[in-house]
Amino acid sequence: MSLWEYANPRKFMQTSAGLLPWVTGIAAIVMVVGLVWGFFFTPDDYRQGSTVKIIYLHVPAAMMAINIWAMMLVASLIWLIRRHHVSALAAKAAAPIGVTMTLIALFTGAIWGQPMWGTYWAWDPRLTSFLILFLFYLGYLALWEAIDDPDTAADLTAVLCLVGSVFAVLSRYAVNFWNQGLHQGASLSMDADENVADVFWLPLVVCIAGFVLFFVALLLMRTRTEIRARRLKALIARERMG
Amino acid sequence: MPELGKYAAEVLSAYGVSALLIAALVGWSFLRAARVRRDLAEAEARSRAHGR
Repeated sequence: MSLWEYANPRKFMQTSAGLLPWVTGIAAIVMVVGLVWGFFFTPDDYRQGSTVKIIYLHVPAAMMAINIWAMMLVASLIWLIRRHHVSALAAKAAAPIGVTMTLIALFTGAIWGQPMWGTYWAWDPRLTSFLILFLFYLGYLALWEAIDDPDTAADLTAVLCLVGSVFAVLSRYAVNFWNQGLHQGASLSMDADENVADVFWLPLVVCIAGFVLFFVALLLMRTRTEIRARRLKALIARERMG
Repeated sequence: MPELGKYAAEVLSAYGVSALLIAALVGWSFLRAARVRRDLAEAEARSRAHGR
């Protein structure tokens, strides 16, 4: 069996129908367990007090904001190279989830920044590149809506996605490129010296897993909707032609 | 409810805003899915009725 079989909308609809209830159920359980664990059953940080509980939203949302753009990039490349409609529709379906994750990361970051840095916002490299990533998400969604022909829209949004990938990479690595920013380095790393303490790390990992599963569940559901919407558009066009 | 001390407003507003955004995204996704499914079913029925 080849992965490309799922590029067939019928095959995708068939497979995703069976997967969706399971992924949704597991995502809800893992997300609730992670957030309840983090919010109710972890201590305050000795420097940051109870604001450390914001980490369980801020870090997973920020990771998802960047990785959803990366997923859209892969799907866009598949569309540009192999012209599989499901991949273009999956990229379109992922964008509203990405923009929501970026907004959560920006809001929670600002709320966390005020008591810790004394400001809601600073033109720090990571914050600025994240704001630009948010604007790219908005531009990507607007471009899909602005173009009537779905294949042309898929082509142009795929190119926009390639350009925006620079800022997705910058959002991830800006803290490593420039040291003058307020934002600290990675909270999670393969290098144990950089990681947060275990008492925060374990529920954080569960929250990240919950956010990833939530994205997969919503992506499956939204891609199914986009496939149906494309068929609906084709049927309406056929009706108009008489 | 855990004791959030002097940062209660910050922590609760972070969770509140995030919950609202996620609920809005999920709600909108469900509503759009239901609308598209209904419209497609109607369009397919019309298409069958006209023998297309």
